Amino acid sequence: MAYVAVKGGERAIDNAHAWLAEDRRGDPAVAEIGTDQIAEQLGRAVDRVMAEGSLYDRELAALAIKQAQGDLIEAAFLLRAYRTTLPRFAYSRPVDTAAMQIRRRISAVFKDLPGGQVLGPTYDYTHRLLDFALAAGGQPPPAPEAPADDMRMPRVSDILGHEGLIERDGAPDGEPGDLTREPLAFPAGRDLRLQALARGDEGFLLALGYSTQRGWGGTHPFVGEIRLGEVSVEIEPPELGFAIDIGDMTLTECQMVNQFAGSKTVPPQFTRGYGLAFGHAERKAMAMALVDRAMRAEELGEDVKAPAQNIEFVLYHSDNIEATGFVEHLKLPHYVDFQSELETVRRMRADAMRMQEAAE
Amino acid sequence: MKTDDTAARRHWMSVLARASADDMRRCLADCPPLPDHVTLRGPETGLVMTRGRAGGGGAAFNLGEMTVTRCTVRSGGQIGHAYVAGRDGGHAELAARIDAALQDPALHDALHRNVVARLAQEQAAARAEAARRAAATRVQFFTMATMR
Repeated sequence: MAYVAVKGGERAIDNAHAWLAEDRRGDPAVAEIGTDQIAEQLGRAVDRVMAEGSLYDRELAALAIKQAQGDLIEAAFLLRAYRTTLPRFAYSRPVDTAAMQIRRRISAVFKDLPGGQVLGPTYDYTHRLLDFALAAGGQPPPAPEAPADDMRMPRVSDILGHEGLIERDGAPDGEPGDLTREPLAFPAGRDLRLQALARGDEGFLLALGYSTQRGWGGTHPFVGEIRLGEVSVEIEPPELGFAIDIGDMTLTECQMVNQFAGSKTVPPQFTRGYGLAFGHAERKAMAMALVDRAMRAEELGEDVKAPAQNIEFVLYHSDNIEATGFVEHLKLPHYVDFQSELETVRRMRADAMRMQEAAE
Repeated sequence: MKTDDTAARRHWMSVLARASADDMRRCLADCPPLPDHVTLRGPETGLVMTRGRAGGGGAAFNLGEMTVTRCTVRSGGQIGHAYVAGRDGGHAELAARIDAALQDPALHDALHRNVVARLAQEQAAARAEAARRAAATRVQFFTMATMR
């Protein structure tokens, strides 16, 4: 049921959308924003919309942000709707984050790891003071450069793994499930959990990750490593019979390292949570890694007590497109539903009053 | 196709996928014109579901989709293919035409020199610049120096 079913609704909707378009444009005396400006200068918003829209395309995400007036969940919704119009050509080969072209790579547990601590373009260590010079605009000076040795940057998990003190990645085989093809079913394997987390709402995952730090399913986390940079995407088209690169994409990866007391079958060691997100999305990757580890509680023989450890709870509520759909549908007309509820409440009240009168 | 040929073709396809249509047109200006072609498929835009691995090296999982545009052409006796990230049909078509032409021994050398090698060099230079910027943000710990 929608307003169009009501006489006069159609015109009201058209007029409302016309006003929305004008409202979106804002004061015509102010220059209109270009999607290229959004893609270039609001990159973190674009990254978030790509991640939660689960579609890597900077131009489309920028357009969605413009169309949604900067409402990032609405923008992600637009991307999700758009993707349903396109055919699926292929699955990529798993990206190799060890071969990433590194822009940033830090570890909070090893100072002197091979490849070193590379800060990259980060907000860390800024003072979070508003920069009024930015309001005036202007060209920043070019970023300094330094000789780049050809040092490899092994993932920190591969370095510590050699001593057996940290759990390994596990077998690299098996065909992963795909949430976009089959509805979510439980128990959900780690493949499905990671897919859901990668497209999950950053705010929801941040809050859940935070809750684990505060004791709701404590995991004693350390940032083993965060890396940001570009990886190549490879597919193997059947008509070619060999793998080809189709381009690069920017990813943020987080290896969270967690204390683990051991169990009957596993000696004490560090366990791991994993985060991987489209774009430069450190908070998202970290939150994802915390929640990934929390959801492994049952697998590792820990008590499942906290919300972040409850796989069903997390996976059913992490998708902000589904969440916003269900919450926001409440504002659509429920006239008939409500009318029937009204009848019911009236009848119950009448019954209750009759009972009371009879008792007196 | 022989292994060496496959490796060479993989290389030029990756270079063409990372270039823009404008980049390719600029380089083609110094080459004999590309032969006429017939478009067999596309250009059409679709999706690739990208994958990661749990922990970086474990079991695969589906990370999210990306847009990709593909095109297949025939020019001369060669079939050219392209799959390029994004939604630029012109990019995919041009990449497919160059892929076909590069398989023609008569055209290969000039195209490889003026287009593939030049674009590969530009892409390597861009990567090197990013690496130098990253290197400038590498933390130099002085602890060891002062302890000596």
